[in-house]
Amino acid sequence: MENPLSSRFGEHLRVCPKLSSDGRQRRRNHGGDDDDPFAPTSTASFNLKPLVTRSSSAFVTRSSAAASPQERKTFHGLCYVVGDNIDTDQIIPAEFLTVVPSNSDEYSKLGSHALTGLPASYKNRFVELGETKTRYSIVIGGENFGCGSSREHAPVCLGAAGAKSVVAQSFARIFFRNAVATGEVYPLDAEVRVCKECRTGDVATVELREEESVLINHTTGKEYRLNAIGDAGPVIDAGGIFAYARKAGMIPSAAA
Amino acid sequence: MAPQRSSSTSGSVKTGMTMTEKILAKAAEKSQVVPGDNIWVNVDVLMTHDVCGPGAFGIFKREFGENAKVWDSEKIVVIPDHYIFTTDKRANRNVDIMREHCREQNIKYFYDITDLGDFRANPDYKGVCHVALAQEGHCRPGEVLLGTDSHTCTAGAFGQFATGIGNTDAGFVLGTGKILLKVPPTMRFILDGEMPSYLQAKDLILQIIGEISVAGATYKTMEFSGTTIESLTMEERMTLCNMVVEAGGKNGVIPPDATTFNYVENRTSVPFQPVYSDGNASFVADYRFDVSKLEPVVAKPHSPDNRALARECKDVKIDRVYIGSCTGGKTEDFMAAAKLFHAAGKQVKVPTFLVPATQKVWMDVYALPVPGAGGKTCAQIFEEAGCDTPTSPSCGACLGGPADTYARLNEPQVCVSTTNRNFPGRMGHKEGQIYLASPYTAAASALTGHVTDPREFLQ
Repeated sequence: MENPLSSRFGEHLRVCPKLSSDGRQRRRNHGGDDDDPFAPTSTASFNLKPLVTRSSSAFVTRSSAAASPQERKTFHGLCYVVGDNIDTDQIIPAEFLTVVPSNSDEYSKLGSHALTGLPASYKNRFVELGETKTRYSIVIGGENFGCGSSREHAPVCLGAAGAKSVVAQSFARIFFRNAVATGEVYPLDAEVRVCKECRTGDVATVELREEESVLINHTTGKEYRLNAIGDAGPVIDAGGIFAYARKAGMIPSAAA
Repeated sequence: MAPQRSSSTSGSVKTGMTMTEKILAKAAEKSQVVPGDNIWVNVDVLMTHDVCGPGAFGIFKREFGENAKVWDSEKIVVIPDHYIFTTDKRANRNVDIMREHCREQNIKYFYDITDLGDFRANPDYKGVCHVALAQEGHCRPGEVLLGTDSHTCTAGAFGQFATGIGNTDAGFVLGTGKILLKVPPTMRFILDGEMPSYLQAKDLILQIIGEISVAGATYKTMEFSGTTIESLTMEERMTLCNMVVEAGGKNGVIPPDATTFNYVENRTSVPFQPVYSDGNASFVADYRFDVSKLEPVVAKPHSPDNRALARECKDVKIDRVYIGSCTGGKTEDFMAAAKLFHAAGKQVKVPTFLVPATQKVWMDVYALPVPGAGGKTCAQIFEEAGCDTPTSPSCGACLGGPADTYARLNEPQVCVSTTNRNFPGRMGHKEGQIYLASPYTAAASALTGHVTDPREFLQ
């Protein structure tokens, strides 16, 4: 049965079991030669080196264009624009936290509550009443998106509702970390006030590449450079913290 | 990703480290770390509660297998506290789910509650997780404590690294006892000067957040030191560190001293190793405050950094007052409110809700005499002042909660609260207006029906 929480980014990894053939260079310093690559190692000598990747071959592109040699991740759809300091209570009001995200029945329900905490000044609902899915693929935010609680329900409900990415001027750290750990929405830092540049309903594409990423607003015709994902990159590329740890040999492969 | 620097092989002179860097280095079994390093860290204590616990264990089982065992059944503390006294079936179910996990995994510390009708009938039940962790001796200098709650940073008051994580990270820790962390740079806040009698730690942290903004400490450590800090009790230090997350901070930390050791040693016999920032450690920012010059402040709706002097808000009419939460619902918080009520000798003008954080706090409210009140307890003083009866200990309405939560803001009212966040809808109603304040300020405001500087009653 499809695990409803399979990381969007890890989906491909589950289909392709031979990770070692993707050209990644892995470095482990436990010195073993052909030990089981997934045997846990002692942390005493463990010094995790970044997984060096020439190309992120592990991801399915969403654009209709064929993937170029430069391996592209793309998210395309309508934008939903919010302001600064959108805290976790606005993303998912606390009364809905009784829902357990790892429970597959409840996971889909979570989507119906996404961004329902926004004040009445937001005329467009992110998810229509009675629905569990949103028509918006990209959330555009201001400063400090996701501030407040450590509740993972926040990125999870956005992902459950069908959002693919959040492009914000800046993120609060726990939200960013949870988005990366769960793989539910791809968090990207813009350098400019994209929340002022875009309007809810604009059609946009987020293109992620090795060297740079961009947000293209098709409605206005403008493009915005997005910051590199930074240290979270290897974790996202691996498919979340568990996949990353497995590849690094920190934990054994998933139980059968 | 920044290249890893392994100082043990570089042959360079060891640079000074901050407290946080030292704690993380030790937990990662390294001799040296610098901000920016991504390291695997051993976890000493993992805390979870009724809202995030089911999800965290769900992920643990999904990733490690249905029959997997937690890394150490004595290092996990499960504290139901968020949605307890409610008829919400899912909320009740979540406590049952945690009971099942704890039984299966033989979790040593599970502060269970089964009789929701009378909290006192549950000998194991504690209440608010961050206060319970401290009271039960789980907070110790030099350790790494993680919790599935943003206010886990409270424990930094004990000179340890403490921060909030999500369910997925917690699921990972449950199975491995480790977490991948990036070493944060440290911002130093030196608070000197004698603490005025009308000022509390809540005023200090609101002052600081107002100074640096809700994202001023994002990804950073906030280290508090100075003569004022040294004069603070443990509960006041906890209030200070509690709201570090409201400035975006990764963790807060206070150098442990005799006050810390006294508190800790009275509650646990587990040995600990305090650490201190080196004299030549690097800090990314330095802030100094002369506390003797500070005045009581509030955070106006709708942001914890929307700082204003309490006295400048005296025309703001309020509808209710809430005293409770990990931030402002500890024994000393209630003592302070009672002290002000007693000094005033008047009745409150608005409904005043009292939510002790834990069973212990509740008992203190009913048993401990308030200094200078002729032997009266907090509970007696509260009753005479016309406050609501102190209710069952839990997180209560700090975060709204299920519809039937006691003191939930169900209408667009104005509330002065000793809690930690005031974003729209935080306590329930989206148009509710929450003024964050110290217990003194909250009590003073209850007496006048307006936002009030406690000096009106405390000079």
